[in-house]
Amino acid sequence: MIHFVLLFSRQGKVRLTKWYSPYSQKERTKAIRELSGGILPRGPKLCNFVDWRGLKVVYKRYASLYFCMCIDSEDNELECLEIIHHYVQILDRYFGNVCELDLIFNFHKAYFILDEVLIAGELQESSKKSVARVIAAQDSMVDAAKEQMASLSNIIAQATR
Amino acid sequence: MSDILAQVATNTESNKNAGNAILYECVLTIMAIEAIGGLRVLAINILGRFLGNRDNNIRYVALNTLIKVVAVDTQAVQRHRTTIVECVKDSDISIRRRALELVCALVNESNVKTLTKELLEYLKVSDPEFKPDLTTKICYLVQKFFPNKRWYIDQMIKVMVEAGRFVKDDISRALLLLISNAAELQGYTVRSLYNAFQKWDGQESLAQVTVWCIGEYGEMLVHHMNELDGEEPVTVTEADTVDVLELVLKDFRASSTTRAFALTALLKVSSRFPSCTERIKALVLQYKGSLVLELQQRSIEFTSILSKHENIKASLVEKMPVLDEATYIAKKVDAADVAFSTDSKSVPATVLPAVPVANGPTKSKSGTNALMDLLNLNVDEASTPSAPQTRKSAGDVLLDLLGGNSSFTSPLVASPVQGPSGGADALLDLLSIGNATSQTTSSPLSTLEPFPQRNPEAASQKPSNPVPDLLSQNTVSSQKDSYSSFTADFKKSSIPGAGFDLLGDLGIGSASSISTTGPVYPPIVAFQSSGLTVSFEFSKQSTNLPATVIHATYTNTSSNTYTDVIFQAAVPKFMQLQLEPASGNVLPANSSGTVTQVIRVNNSQHGQKSLVMRIRVSYKINGQEVLEQGQVNNFPPGL
Repeated sequence: MIHFVLLFSRQGKVRLTKWYSPYSQKERTKAIRELSGGILPRGPKLCNFVDWRGLKVVYKRYASLYFCMCIDSEDNELECLEIIHHYVQILDRYFGNVCELDLIFNFHKAYFILDEVLIAGELQESSKKSVARVIAAQDSMVDAAKEQMASLSNIIAQATR
Repeated sequence: MSDILAQVATNTESNKNAGNAILYECVLTIMAIEAIGGLRVLAINILGRFLGNRDNNIRYVALNTLIKVVAVDTQAVQRHRTTIVECVKDSDISIRRRALELVCALVNESNVKTLTKELLEYLKVSDPEFKPDLTTKICYLVQKFFPNKRWYIDQMIKVMVEAGRFVKDDISRALLLLISNAAELQGYTVRSLYNAFQKWDGQESLAQVTVWCIGEYGEMLVHHMNELDGEEPVTVTEADTVDVLELVLKDFRASSTTRAFALTALLKVSSRFPSCTERIKALVLQYKGSLVLELQQRSIEFTSILSKHENIKASLVEKMPVLDEATYIAKKVDAADVAFSTDSKSVPATVLPAVPVANGPTKSKSGTNALMDLLNLNVDEASTPSAPQTRKSAGDVLLDLLGGNSSFTSPLVASPVQGPSGGADALLDLLSIGNATSQTTSSPLSTLEPFPQRNPEAASQKPSNPVPDLLSQNTVSSQKDSYSSFTADFKKSSIPGAGFDLLGDLGIGSASSISTTGPVYPPIVAFQSSGLTVSFEFSKQSTNLPATVIHATYTNTSSNTYTDVIFQAAVPKFMQLQLEPASGNVLPANSSGTVTQVIRVNNSQHGQKSLVMRIRVSYKINGQEVLEQGQVNNFPPGL
């Protein structure tokens, strides 16, 4: 299973974390510090798998962001690389040429999409289309609700005039 | 299921990472179900293909899985050996590590030579953080699969030259073990080491091994003994060998252990090449004030041997007997038993002269016995006369002096004895050594007396000796009676060491309380003559029946005052005797005062034989010496 997902920039700033195993607050910060310290200095030609505390950490660098996933030692690392790529592709399709800024300003959407793809540390949805459809549906619901809120306030405003 | 697996494996295209991920998962599944035959071959082929992939990730994954496969099926993996060896030189460190592990798993007798050669080549260019692992692995391989000893020695020398810093101690010890076992290769070894040493760059293991071999086999180096075919002759003079040793000693990179090796080797060389003795003496003397205790001790001891004990030097530093591998391995596991384990490891029994199992008419020195006995406080054996004697020979006193670590060579039986003797030496050395050796004369077998008998008179005889000599290290007289010998005549012996005294005190002091909880025996008059009465009172602890404590009381029944009263006792071999200092050495006349002394006796055949004792009292009347002796036969039975 995937124990946690971690996204951090080249400067070491954390953009997204999702934990599927119980880690206390202290352990979390410690893990983040260790991993970013271990992965950032690695050169480009080195392989994408790191051993950490008996677990494997698979990472992939996309532009200025590092996507890391910590898996058990028996898991298939190549498969994990594929999962990372799958997630990035969905983000790309949703945001249209996603960049780090998109994730900074729309981090809630990034979390929604991640929750669609992974559940309890396992891959849940392998179809990009389904995820896109579902997220689109959620967005339209949000828009409709906003509209409703806007029209309600109009009525109240008129009524109290 | 195997059909599905085969189908998936063959139909998946592997140019995309997703395809590779699927293939990898197939391989994992095949391994997990432990398929045999075609399916497993298919899996291994997939892995082989992965190995050739340019993508680091894929190769890493393949190496990782192959390590697990090789445990199951070595043959199939052998085909990919060359690719794997290439991976050892990859730029990615995780791949290098995995490849190295895999290579080690693949080695067998047939391919060990080529593989080792490649690994050695790589060792020269590998980066420093990888070198320790690589060195350890190479040494392990060489040790496990060497086809012949000469090749082993060659490879080890190469490794030590390249990466001597990372060669661990136990590997170099194992090498020394092998060298000592390979008599025909010793000359070759020492010559190759000498040649290799020319390129010495501070590597500790190379220094240690070279220094030890030069010490042991120096004459083979100089005199070209045992040359093997194809060896280039190299001229080495005696001075050259000392040069090498001096170089090691003076180099600031050498650790104390290496310097200790070098000092010992210098001593050996001085015995093999007497011409260099002066120079060696000067070299050794420089360490007299060294801050490292071990070096200082050795320097002083060796200087003493070199200057005052030329006669025994040769027997001291004879060739070491062949180290027994099985004992060595057992000892390694059991390192705690040896009293001075770290030291003993670093001084591989430099001083043992003869083969330890010599059971002949060995000459035991009561002096050394006493020393050993001192430390028998810690060891429980003590009462077997046979054990120490099996290893005594001419140089024995000095053997003990120089902390002979005979743990390697002696049979395990004798090992507890050597522990204390090693300890004894250190103590000896601590408190001024050397003179013990010059007086001990040969004697027949004597019993182990746990504590040598004290002699209060000795103190008065030797006013210059600051510490009263309580443990007289005396020679035994050569009486060949069934009793053990008397303790010697004090006039003859110059008391060896203040050291013994302090410790004798310690030892006896600790056990000075007499308990009367045991059975009670009536006192006896042990000896009576016209001028002297000796009476004994007994007490015994119920917990320790063979041991008896005797309170001896001496009374002067004549009308003259006796001065310088010395009491000596001797017991048969099955008993042990300890005399504590007497309360005084002047007996006033007409029984107006007494002198008391505590004697401890241990009857190893308690219940079967009762105690007997011979006593001898010497004293002076107005400067005239008088000697009285007699036998005490009237001990109460059951003692």
